[in-house]
Amino acid sequence: MTVLDLMSGFIVELRKAGLPVSLTENLDAMEAVKEIPIEDRQAFKYALAATLVKSNSHWRAFETIFEVYFSLRGPEHQIPSDMSDAEAELWREEQEMQQQGDGAAGSGGGMDSLTPEEIAQMLMQALMNGDQAMMRALARQSVQRFAGMEPGRPVGGTYYLYRTLRNLDLDNMLDKLMEANRDQAAQELTKLEERLEKDEFESRIEQFKQEVEAEIRRRLVADRGAEAMAKTLRKPLPEDVEFMHANKEEMQSLKKALQPLTRKLAAKLARKRRHGRRGPLDFRATVRSSLSYGGVPADPKFKYPRPSKPELMVVADISGSVAAFARFTLMLVYAIQGQFSKVRSFVFIDGIDEVTDYFKSNVDISDAIHRVNTEADVVWVDGHSDYGHAFEVFWERYGKDINPKTTILLLGDARNNYHAASSWVIKEMQKRGRHVYWLNPEPRSYWNTGDSIVGEYGSFTDGVYECRNLRQLEAFVEKLA
Amino acid sequence: MENRFESVEHVRDGLKKVHYLSDDGIAGVVFLAQRLGKPILVEGPAGTGKTQLAKSVAEMLNARLIRLQCYEGLDESKALYEWNYKKQLLRIQADKNSDSWSQVQDDIFSEEFLLTRPLLEAISSPDPVVLLIDEVDRVEIETEALLLEILSEYQVSIPELGTITAKQIPMVFLTSNNTRELSEALKRRCLFLHIDYPDMEREKAIVLTKVPDITQNLADQIARIVRSIRQLDLKKAPSVSETLDWARTLMLMGIENIDAQEAKDTLHILLKYQTDITKAAKELSVDK
Repeated sequence: MTVLDLMSGFIVELRKAGLPVSLTENLDAMEAVKEIPIEDRQAFKYALAATLVKSNSHWRAFETIFEVYFSLRGPEHQIPSDMSDAEAELWREEQEMQQQGDGAAGSGGGMDSLTPEEIAQMLMQALMNGDQAMMRALARQSVQRFAGMEPGRPVGGTYYLYRTLRNLDLDNMLDKLMEANRDQAAQELTKLEERLEKDEFESRIEQFKQEVEAEIRRRLVADRGAEAMAKTLRKPLPEDVEFMHANKEEMQSLKKALQPLTRKLAAKLARKRRHGRRGPLDFRATVRSSLSYGGVPADPKFKYPRPSKPELMVVADISGSVAAFARFTLMLVYAIQGQFSKVRSFVFIDGIDEVTDYFKSNVDISDAIHRVNTEADVVWVDGHSDYGHAFEVFWERYGKDINPKTTILLLGDARNNYHAASSWVIKEMQKRGRHVYWLNPEPRSYWNTGDSIVGEYGSFTDGVYECRNLRQLEAFVEKLA
Repeated sequence: MENRFESVEHVRDGLKKVHYLSDDGIAGVVFLAQRLGKPILVEGPAGTGKTQLAKSVAEMLNARLIRLQCYEGLDESKALYEWNYKKQLLRIQADKNSDSWSQVQDDIFSEEFLLTRPLLEAISSPDPVVLLIDEVDRVEIETEALLLEILSEYQVSIPELGTITAKQIPMVFLTSNNTRELSEALKRRCLFLHIDYPDMEREKAIVLTKVPDITQNLADQIARIVRSIRQLDLKKAPSVSETLDWARTLMLMGIENIDAQEAKDTLHILLKYQTDITKAAKELSVDK
């Protein structure tokens, strides 16, 4: 296959993964690969990235696809039936050391004779010394030995990864390494040193894991072909991950994506506020500028308008299914709280509690979220969502605080477990406040099915918005402030 | 266009000579930008050496660095060119009687009366230049359009004068702190380079080159502690420039071996938020 064919397949796959690759960027990439030999994988990769990926959050998706399409192709990447000479040499040396250490006259043959424990032992040694070549060789070997990969078997890479790592007992590796390190050290390590050592080992273990993963992918690609493999590896971009179904890893990437996003939002809102419309004439500045026209006020100056900032009340359902969504919305709102004159937040399941104090300025937002989850008093009877009761209590306790400047945000899927709706509260809120909006993390097609009564609540609000991912949430918040 | 670089390694070595330690990504993109004649859009956290990259490339090529600092309200009279009104006025008044009107008109809209601003200057310069458009995310999205012609065609159109085309293709760097999404049109015209915090080895090497007389041991410790701190969930992670400040401070204090107490006492150089400092101090000294 020529480079050109590979490239077009590669770009189609990038687009399928959601990266916006325009035609000119495509052409640029074609130009770029002329300058850089494909044999130099690293340089080639960066050349492609520079022309095709224009946002850092897309880097991961790009890297995965690149690996499948390029890193694993070509003769030098064929699955070695035997190890290369250099690797074999390494093995022999390592084994000899091993045997001397054990004092046992082992069979001395190929590495197949090693037990999993012995391989784990060697891995530990390699991790201890940070021996890159050895780690790589071990990654290959352990995949071959433990993953149990068979051609054509319809199992994903995660399964093989799990099998490989379980055999190596990688979960306990860190503790073991720390212990061994403590034994070796001449004197007692200080806490700081210990901490640094731990971070070092963690990063080495992570590196080893990646080696194993790459090896598994390499074998899978050889078995199934790049197109099929890229399809199974396709993951949503961080801004498209659904709040309700995000796994732990996706949560991390979401959290990372949230930070630059809040900065952008805050800058944008501040700018919007300043440039929204012209303020009244600034007499002083006008006279000052008229001096350069000989006293003729040719260039009138205006004051910046200072429209009042909205007051915000966030009322969020934090029961299991929608907790992640509530968490992200609260984080986002508090990250840009400078754009509001006042933010108050309430959380509920079947009881309701005010959590504004947890977010008092200068507190770490993740800490505050943690406190919301652990300390807020939100359970009234059984800990199943009861919107009706929560709203009634809200109205009774805090309803008087709603004034014509207040915007109220209601977050939740409106799955009320067939309790009474008490939608009159929403109607009253709307009468007294400025706006009432409902944000629903469920896809629109699920609304009003089963016990969801978002339609009933929604009829009294100024709008119900679908907020399944960061992209939608961002668009809404921008509109709000 | 002549090729100023032979290979990626050439770029890397050249940058190293002017004390800028690049990695594969940085050197590769700089090389490519020169070959394709495209601008580079450099993005990344503050204090990772985005602006320094442009400066170093200029130094390496022995080229003049022309810098356009962006800010809100930047317009074409500050970025591209402006007519020198006062001089034009003087010209008209100087010989009121002698010339016919059309002659005067031709005369006052000539290059003599043009004030060049950074962008025009960069392309009209006969010598090689490096153009740095700093913090491009600060200008309004409408102003961005000003840049498009020069970035893709390397030319500036002046209605009264015609089009001025570049005598040589300058290397162009745009930096962005990502406070807003740049327009698609701008991104499309550039090569994209994200400079992240360096990994431990590179950070150590940076400390060693930038802080004279520092010992291997201390640089290693610094790099490792900074890596650990960056892994925490902080408001603002320490940048490379802050790492360097910290290294210099430790040198001044005559510290050879950092212990937990000293690290804690000097944390405020690395971190700028009280909550971050408290958190890092706690993580570094107590728990495991």
